[in-house]
Amino acid sequence: MSAVRNSPSNQSPSRFAEGIAQVGACGIFLFRILAAIPRSFGHFKETVRQIWFVGAMSLTIIMTCGLFVGMVLGLQLYYVLSIFGGTAALGTVVSLSLYRELGPVVTALLFAGRAGTSITAEIGLMRATDQIDAMEMMAVDPLAYVVAPRFIAGIIAMPLLACIFNALGIFGAHLVGVNWLGLDNGTFWSNMTSSVDVWKDVINGVWKSVAFGAVCTLIATFQGYTTAPTSEGVAYATTRTVVFSAIATLALDFVMTAFLM
Amino acid sequence: MSSQPQPSASDALIQIRGLSTVLNGKTIFAGVDLDIPRGGITAIMGPSGTGKTTLIRHITGQLAPDAGEIIVDGKNVARIGREALFALREKIGYLFQNSALLTDFSVFENVAFPLRQHLRLPEELVRNIVLTKLQAVGLRGAADLMPNELSGGMIRRVALARAIVRDPMLIIYDEPFVGLDPIALNQILKLIRTLNQTLGITSILVAHELAAVSKVADQIYLLAGGKIAAHGSPEELGRGETPWTKQFFTGEADGPVPFHYPAPDYATQLGLA
Repeated sequence: MSAVRNSPSNQSPSRFAEGIAQVGACGIFLFRILAAIPRSFGHFKETVRQIWFVGAMSLTIIMTCGLFVGMVLGLQLYYVLSIFGGTAALGTVVSLSLYRELGPVVTALLFAGRAGTSITAEIGLMRATDQIDAMEMMAVDPLAYVVAPRFIAGIIAMPLLACIFNALGIFGAHLVGVNWLGLDNGTFWSNMTSSVDVWKDVINGVWKSVAFGAVCTLIATFQGYTTAPTSEGVAYATTRTVVFSAIATLALDFVMTAFLM
Repeated sequence: MSSQPQPSASDALIQIRGLSTVLNGKTIFAGVDLDIPRGGITAIMGPSGTGKTTLIRHITGQLAPDAGEIIVDGKNVARIGREALFALREKIGYLFQNSALLTDFSVFENVAFPLRQHLRLPEELVRNIVLTKLQAVGLRGAADLMPNELSGGMIRRVALARAIVRDPMLIIYDEPFVGLDPIALNQILKLIRTLNQTLGITSILVAHELAAVSKVADQIYLLAGGKIAAHGSPEELGRGETPWTKQFFTGEADGPVPFHYPAPDYATQLGLA
């Protein structure tokens, strides 16, 4: 291959244009999903099955990670707060960190790795084995039967998972701060309840989760639906789901934080 | 034997006129005219890569042509809306080349899928219809198995049962004989003939097996070089009176259809010249 063909100036425009085209295609795909949602109401059972699949089946990883994240937060913040003699604020700082940022963001990243990849792989394999085409040939709209139920399931499951993540995180911080390091139990809970605002902190975190659920599931379904019908294509699509979901989640988190603060 | 179909056949379920398709810079069809008569069994044959499956994708509206008209049951499939296209597809049974069974569903649920999606039938009736179709393909006993528990031939037969579960007006068989043992092959041939004769279902058969096709097909279209290379009854084409039919039905490497994909000179590429 010649040096000219390898030069960044020669490759960047096409890659950039390709990226823009992908974002545009994903946007059009979102509108197609939204249009298909009313038609997907007839597939209620499939939607419930998907909520179970992306939600209930993700519980183990969400609960385990939530517990450990809370325990690490408890340890680190106790150490930092003890420098200033402010360990009584441990419950407040941990809960605010979890409700406002860590809960929604880490849950979304875990969701992308656990549920997003399986959504992409499943739809991608359906594409590769002509199952999507077979549905179209049976006059069944795959957007309404396959994609929309997963999209709805992601939006419903993500905030629930984030709430569970937060609860286990606070429990983990309590284990470390109160049961291990000897912080007063009443101080831990009372400072937390007096400092955390339901609307400003908890509900804003829930809104973030809803948005992350929509974005992560959109990326996962789009990558699966448009994958090249080969094993390599499915592998690439699965990887792209994780990478793009992580980037989109963190970028959207910044934007939402700026608007919701 | 004629190289062109009879124009404007009034009893044709499918009429294709001036079909032209270019895919990835390669001309697949260049002005193809073709009629599929109602109630008959029409075979589409031709060397690999000549666009047989692409032709089927045009007929079912999965792929729009670059030029030409495809009229199916009076509707131009390239121009009708999605609702009308889906309504048309409800009357078409399609046996995919790789069967395309839904892998999360059992054999029973795969066959029941089109019924459940489009008709609100009592469960008892769904069960009876599905078992009847599975009995027709000899797999009533496999109703509770999952697709990954079936052999290739059995998967094909389940896909056939699914394709006929709604008694369509048109059935498209894309390579239905691949992977079938002689017993299953014979039964599938009988089933194709029975469906055609008893229910009057129009059938399109895309296949390579001349012996099997000759047993059931009323007419054959031989596709080659982007055109209809030959058209006629199995007996007429089997006589091999043109270079196309002679090469295709005798399996010779030399003839109008090149065996080798276009490539640079062999000796030059090996560095011998």
